[in-house]
Amino acid sequence: MTKVKSLADLKKMKESLQAKIDLREKGDAAENLIQIKVAMATCGIASGAKNVMEFLLEELEKRGINAVITQTGCMGYCYAEPTIEVKLPNADPVVFGYVDTKKADEIIEKYIKNGELVDGIIPVNYESIDNK
Amino acid sequence: MKDLSLHILDIVQNSVAAEAKVIQITLEIDDRNDYIGLTVNDNGKGMDGDFLKRVADPFTTTRTTRRVGLGIPLLKQNAEQTGGFLRIESEPGMGTKLSVRFVKSHIDCVPMGDVAGTIALLICSYPSIEFSFHVRVNSAEFSVSTTDLNDALGGIPLNDSAVFPMVKEYIASNLDELQITNLG
Repeated sequence: MTKVKSLADLKKMKESLQAKIDLREKGDAAENLIQIKVAMATCGIASGAKNVMEFLLEELEKRGINAVITQTGCMGYCYAEPTIEVKLPNADPVVFGYVDTKKADEIIEKYIKNGELVDGIIPVNYESIDNK
Repeated sequence: MKDLSLHILDIVQNSVAAEAKVIQITLEIDDRNDYIGLTVNDNGKGMDGDFLKRVADPFTTTRTTRRVGLGIPLLKQNAEQTGGFLRIESEPGMGTKLSVRFVKSHIDCVPMGDVAGTIALLICSYPSIEFSFHVRVNSAEFSVSTTDLNDALGGIPLNDSAVFPMVKEYIASNLDELQITNLG
């Protein structure tokens, strides 16, 4: 792949990007979307949330999984950072703690692909932080 | 925080939380005058004088999930331990301007880290906020903004996961040229 060095280079990538997006959108309706939130407050960032978020963005794209990945604030689980919230279609959101790139890989392969639960879930009656 | 890029990511979350629509980030590296300067300028809701006085206190926070807020105190400490400073100007309704300065040659000065990744993450995660990032290394400069990228991508949403690697590469290759290397 040629290096993207200027805005003109970026423009050239537009078509191949568009093709990728079209392909994906045909397969998945909005309600089938996987939503992932990465806790990106001071506690999360200090423990490596940035690497985890970049890993998720890059790997989910590579593995062809249609997901929306967003940043969120501190969920109050500072002791277990980095934490991520994964919401599969038609399922309650689940929060995983102590997520490094290795754990994130396991979450993609087991939980996101097969719905199989993996260690590291923070249980307690969880509400999405946006509802607080 | 291990490096400056993480501080940027962290401190900009304050602007996002203040409901800013425009966020300007400036990074200056000046060898002759021996400093690294970072400013974050936003048009969010701002702070009143009373809150501003307490803002560098670790026990000041607006969040409800915990009672401490370390973003600003940690950045202030890292700046001051090099002989630099952190300053915040703000008025309610007028936005906030945060400036930090590090003494570059000081042994405790934090490394740059992955600045390109931070800027790309911010721009791609918050497509509704107008970001502009300006970096100056001595006399060389580079700028990127949400508008520039939107124009180049012509309608492809910035928060699509296929876009992030491209944007990161675009910023990284330009920062490489300015010799802002990832030492983090």
